[in-house]
Amino acid sequence: MTLAIEKALTGIEGFDEITAGGLPRGRPTLVCGSAGCGKTLFASTFLVNGAREGEPGVFVTFEERPRDIVDNVASLGFDLGGLVEEGRIHIEHIAIDPSELAEVGDYDLEALFMRLELAVEEIGARRIVLDTIESLFSAFQNPAILRAEIRRLFDWLKEKGLTAVITGERGDGTLTRQGLEEYVSDCVILLDHRVHNQVSTRRLRIVKYRGTAHGTNEYPFLIGEDGFSVLPVSSLGLAHKVFDERITSGVPDLDRMLSGGGFHRASSVLVSGVAGSGKSSIAMCFAAAACRAGERALYFSFEESAEQTVRNMRSIGLDVAPMIASGLLRCVAARPTFYSLEMHLAIMLREIARFQPSLVVLDPLSAFLDSGESLEVQAMLLRVVDYLKSKGVTGIFTHLTHDQTIARTDAGLSSLMDAWLLLLNREVNGEFNRQLYLLKARGMAHSNQVREFVMSSEGIRLIEPYLGENGAVTGSARRYEEARVRKDEVERRAAVEALQERVEQRRRKAEAQIAALQFEVAAEEAELNRLVETEAEYRRQSARDADGLAAGRHSFRHTEQAG
Amino acid sequence: MSKPTELTLYVAGQTPKSQAAIRNLERICAENAAQNFVIKVVDLKENPRLAREHNIVAIPTLVRQLPVPIQKIIGDLSDTEKVLVHLQLGSAA
Repeated sequence: MTLAIEKALTGIEGFDEITAGGLPRGRPTLVCGSAGCGKTLFASTFLVNGAREGEPGVFVTFEERPRDIVDNVASLGFDLGGLVEEGRIHIEHIAIDPSELAEVGDYDLEALFMRLELAVEEIGARRIVLDTIESLFSAFQNPAILRAEIRRLFDWLKEKGLTAVITGERGDGTLTRQGLEEYVSDCVILLDHRVHNQVSTRRLRIVKYRGTAHGTNEYPFLIGEDGFSVLPVSSLGLAHKVFDERITSGVPDLDRMLSGGGFHRASSVLVSGVAGSGKSSIAMCFAAAACRAGERALYFSFEESAEQTVRNMRSIGLDVAPMIASGLLRCVAARPTFYSLEMHLAIMLREIARFQPSLVVLDPLSAFLDSGESLEVQAMLLRVVDYLKSKGVTGIFTHLTHDQTIARTDAGLSSLMDAWLLLLNREVNGEFNRQLYLLKARGMAHSNQVREFVMSSEGIRLIEPYLGENGAVTGSARRYEEARVRKDEVERRAAVEALQERVEQRRRKAEAQIAALQFEVAAEEAELNRLVETEAEYRRQSARDADGLAAGRHSFRHTEQAG
Repeated sequence: MSKPTELTLYVAGQTPKSQAAIRNLERICAENAAQNFVIKVVDLKENPRLAREHNIVAIPTLVRQLPVPIQKIIGDLSDTEKVLVHLQLGSAA
């Protein structure tokens, strides 16, 4: 029957993941490395986190004074002094000055064991740190006694059931000076500090871990203001929450290229392009859009200062200064070579953790490729992408490409990204025109068009491509085509208008003629009527005259008879 | 009479090494009776705290408190000549 060995959590971010639970409980672990590689900090973190979780610990220092240790770990945010006062940690300072020490005859380190035992019993310690074992043994000259005492020390630690971390200096070509500690330890961790291209990288490797499977890779680790953390790239989880919610890119035309409008929240968007293709502007549009929605955005700039970014954005009609002032937008600028890769990562993760943004911009990623190896850069970015996704933060990454004919990123990032905007700068007929193409958008139907990308003081617009006889055309070719179409339109309209005018004129002329004829007829009718009237009058008059004559004749006859 | 030489021998129980150291120290004192030795033997098993207070690591340890500076000799003191050299008494005596 095999029982999984019991483990004690170190509380070191990442380390407990790669060791599946921390260090072997009740057994000694050797942490070795050259000077300044973080052995003491590793040990301190292990001890402090244990003490906080209810496992008191003894810190045995053979080198630094207790006060110095308290001060040193205070920079990592550990209140060692407070833990000492509470009786959860005891610092045992065992100083041996070889100059005042002479050896005459046989001896052992019984007093050391007595002191350790006393310290362990005083606080009921479950953990112990011995820092560094070389300092203890360099004080003694008899190698035979030394080796015997090292064995006895490790046996004693196991017997006491203490989870121990023993730090050791690296020997010449061996893990340790004595070449013995690594064999009597149950777990051996090697810390390394390498300088590549004048930028240092810290690495950690588990050389040995009895009774457990462990990663054998070298893991980059970092010592930041928040302590010691290991970056287990291989233990990346893909179990982050998925959002259906869409966020706007800040460029309405771009949102319309995606069915549903905009990008998914917490997705990673890569904006790649050659120099001057508008990567930063697009990235800032995303950030500004988040701010306008009342969310926080964090902009990491590795090439421009914050002031420069603000000024440049004004040229495309985007004033981000009020957003910075209101605390919604935060710009962090740092040269890639200013820190090592792991420091950058640490700073970024810390800023993200503190600022709690809903959107993060890294501008540009390619800046790191000059300062580190592409594999390391990829590992770092993987970590950032993963971190952002796990927090539900949208990530906008810009990438400078030198050759736009190949849709590829140097750091092999494309597979990490959910969406990829390709910005092109194409020369046609003696002019460069910016173009944008949505190369990839996971989980969304999107336009296949290469859009012309115009930055002006009114902001960013994506112009509908002119689909001419020879495919889509852009720039002045597009404008020429558009002008030609406009001219044709004008001519056609003019012809129609002329025809309309002519018909109208004819109609008016015809109407006028009709009116004239009607007038003539009316005049003739009037004349006729007058004649008819005259005739009737004449007839009436004639009748009256005839009657008059007849009457006159009768009366005359009457008068003659009477006379 | 010379100034006193204060010596403290730290042992841990009745181990062979501790007993040998006590024997050897007694012999050295006897052989150098002209010196004004003030000797104290401390058994740390009886009070382990003294190991911390006096910063003792190895057993047996002989500490010369006076004259200053403090001088420490670890081991069973089997080599009288060496002990005297380290106590800076050999030629001075």
